[in-house]
Amino acid sequence: MSELDLLYTEVEEDLRGSVRSLLTDRCPPDAVAAMYDGDRSVVDTLWRAVAGELGLAGLLVPEAQGGSGASAREAAVVLEELGRFVAPVPFLTSSVIATTVLLDSDSELLRQLASGERTAALAVPFSTAPDTVVPVVRADGGRLHGEVGKVAGAIEADVLLVPVVSDDGWTVYATSEATVTPVTSLDMSRQVADVRFDGVAAEPVVTDALQAVRRALRAGAALLASEQYGVASWCLHTTVEYLRQRRQFGRIVGSFQALKHRLADLYAGTESAAAAARYAAAALAADDPDLPVAAAVAQSYCGDLAVRAAEEALQLHGGIGMTWEHPVHLYLKRAKADQIGLGTPGRHRAALAELVDLPA
Amino acid sequence: MSGTDAVEDVRRRVAELLAAHDPATTDRLEFLRARYDAGLAWVHFPPGHGGLGYPRELQEVVDAELAAAGAPDNDPQGNFIGLGMAAPTILAYGTEEQKKRYLRPLWTGEEIWCQLFSEPGAGSDLAGLATRAVREGDDWIVNGQKVWTSSAHRADFGILVARTDPDQPKHRGLTYFLCDMHDPGVEVRALRQITGEAEFNEVFLTDVRIPDSQRLGEVGEGWRVATTTLNTERVAIGGTPTPREGGMIGVVAQTWRDNPERRRPELHDELLQLWVESEVARLTGMRLRQKLAAGQAGPEGATTKLTFARLNQALSGLELELLEDEGLCYDDWSFVRPERVNFTGREAGYRYLRSKGNSIEGGTSEILRNIVAERVLGLPAEPRTDKDIPWKELPR
Ligand SMILES: Cc1cc2nc3c(=O)[nH]c(=O)nc-3n(C[C@H](O)[C@H](O)[C@H](O)COP(=O)(O)OP(=O)(O)OC[C@H]3O[C@@H](n4cnc5c(N)ncnc54)[C@H](O)[C@@H]3O)c2cc1C
Repeated sequence: MSELDLLYTEVEEDLRGSVRSLLTDRCPPDAVAAMYDGDRSVVDTLWRAVAGELGLAGLLVPEAQGGSGASAREAAVVLEELGRFVAPVPFLTSSVIATTVLLDSDSELLRQLASGERTAALAVPFSTAPDTVVPVVRADGGRLHGEVGKVAGAIEADVLLVPVVSDDGWTVYATSEATVTPVTSLDMSRQVADVRFDGVAAEPVVTDALQAVRRALRAGAALLASEQYGVASWCLHTTVEYLRQRRQFGRIVGSFQALKHRLADLYAGTESAAAAARYAAAALAADDPDLPVAAAVAQSYCGDLAVRAAEEALQLHGGIGMTWEHPVHLYLKRAKADQIGLGTPGRHRAALAELVDLPA
Repeated sequence: MSGTDAVEDVRRRVAELLAAHDPATTDRLEFLRARYDAGLAWVHFPPGHGGLGYPRELQEVVDAELAAAGAPDNDPQGNFIGLGMAAPTILAYGTEEQKKRYLRPLWTGEEIWCQLFSEPGAGSDLAGLATRAVREGDDWIVNGQKVWTSSAHRADFGILVARTDPDQPKHRGLTYFLCDMHDPGVEVRALRQITGEAEFNEVFLTDVRIPDSQRLGEVGEGWRVATTTLNTERVAIGGTPTPREGGMIGVVAQTWRDNPERRRPELHDELLQLWVESEVARLTGMRLRQKLAAGQAGPEGATTKLTFARLNQALSGLELELLEDEGLCYDDWSFVRPERVNFTGREAGYRYLRSKGNSIEGGTSEILRNIVAERVLGLPAEPRTDKDIPWKELPR
């Protein structure tokens, strides 16, 4: 088995450059903060730019189906940058998770997602770990009944993909008629919603869908680690910059050894998160048999590390870190919600215990 | 007087107070003032200032008996800074007139207090502060900016540290004042915090006139007075007696009990570990209070707030992980001005965010570790360049 490449290609670096410059222009922290006060105006234009102008919605879709036929490696780079800006776009939920559900289907919807013309979300709670997904919605003569709580990406989606189990096994239905009720969320830059299906019309889009759903959630978990790395990396660098300027006791605060050691440890942790996230992305791109382990490792590690980075960033900024006007809180809220998203680190460690034969 | 005599005496005074002022028919404020005058406000304060000069623990006897009789309390959370910080400092450094003027309305809650210490350029390094006070006849004229001032929007008075002599090294040129927040030169602007609400403020001081009679301690003695405030602040934030499962552990333990379907082995282990640490922290506080009562001032006091912050943060973080879906929710982001702060109040998301402030307010955990290392363990301080040169010549 040859080693998976954990570095970035030139093409990947170019992609990063264009995503970063777009986000620098169009995703200022105050626009993200405004979402907490109900002003979501940044979402549409930003998503149109990311999906349309940069053409990133179809990154994972083969060219034959209207996508750009890139791989999870490129998607991971995009997520690193989205994390760095806590960007409120449904890339993870639509272009990674929902898209992956549809990858083996030849549905028209896949083309539409690839072009950015439509946006979708998989109707499961955001906290769902890949192997623990349990459908709760019933299908009855092409109509759906049931409720799913705390779904990510549902507010931005114009179509929901709904897993249903029946005597025929797993089927994924698509519907645009669900009732989506936004929930005041810890992370308003990825606001969750409660979704209700009151006998709405739906169309089956994937049959025999258990593997497709699990695969999609595993892809989501594997790539969420890159977003978490992006969050951590912003927190580390912003804090280092601040402590190089801030003076107390007649000294640069960053010159105190107690803080230098903390930041050195955080740097080591952040670099480790980069490796874990990159390995998961590479394993996903190569469809490597080690993917389940890679994803579980990345989620167990990066979920906690991003939270630690954001908590350290807040603490080391002192009073200003507790304020609304400094963006660090946006990263703390994203990091904490991401830690729960797609399975907590504890759930991933439990999955890992099986995979590497370390039973309880 | 022996311990039991003191208990008897306190019980007798409580009975007298209740007989003379039936809580059911007496106006709240009238009752509180009568309680203060009976020495039952804070029994460890001296007679004439709301106390009886008794050991602090006897307060629990008073509070329990009065609560049982349905007496109103003085809403201690509503004047946290006044009771926890201003009062002990005024007691220690105030003149007789100052104690008479300020302590009673402070205790009854008629006058709310805030703490005007931190500035944009002076947080951990409080002694570096730049707000200036210049003597003009019988008054001081104050100019400068304070920040992170909790409750300034509700406060009637602020404890203020200002620079009176910039030619002195920084610790020596400070003076401590009691600042009337209703002075026309005091401007309070809300500062929103990560929880959505604005608990703290920026305070701009422009030609604020403070009579010299509102100076606390000598001119140039401000650092020593401020240190008293900070020490009591740290006790006030982390050091009050609590029952088992009081505070954050109680809240999170209850969440665990209420959510059997969410329990997971790895969180169970973590929760029990934090339960043990919370219980040990409680016992450490108990031991500390016993040592203080026995006249052995213990150095553990400096660690109390460190532990309090660490446990609040770990527990509230764990609670969100436990709740999963519900942990993704938040109760309310509205920009409101809370009347009081409750670290364990509201919902899990609020508790998680608010507890982040516990390791910053009242001295950061890093600064507290320095204090433990240097003042308790006697380790040498870091070499300092800013102590002996005039404040005005320091790099900023
Ligand atoms: C919720 C809240 C309420 C508050 N309420 C009040 C109030 O009512 N009144 C008031 O006056 N103030 C208040 N404060 C302010 C608080 O006291 C200061 O924020 C605190 O002292 C830190 O100062 P700073 O913010 O300037 O941070 P800085 O001093 O700039 O510190 C930045 C970081 O560097 C670290 N650091 C600094 N020096 C050292 C060192 N020598 N060694 C190691 N690490 C170091 C700090 O620990 C921190 O992590 C409040 C703060 C908060 C968060």
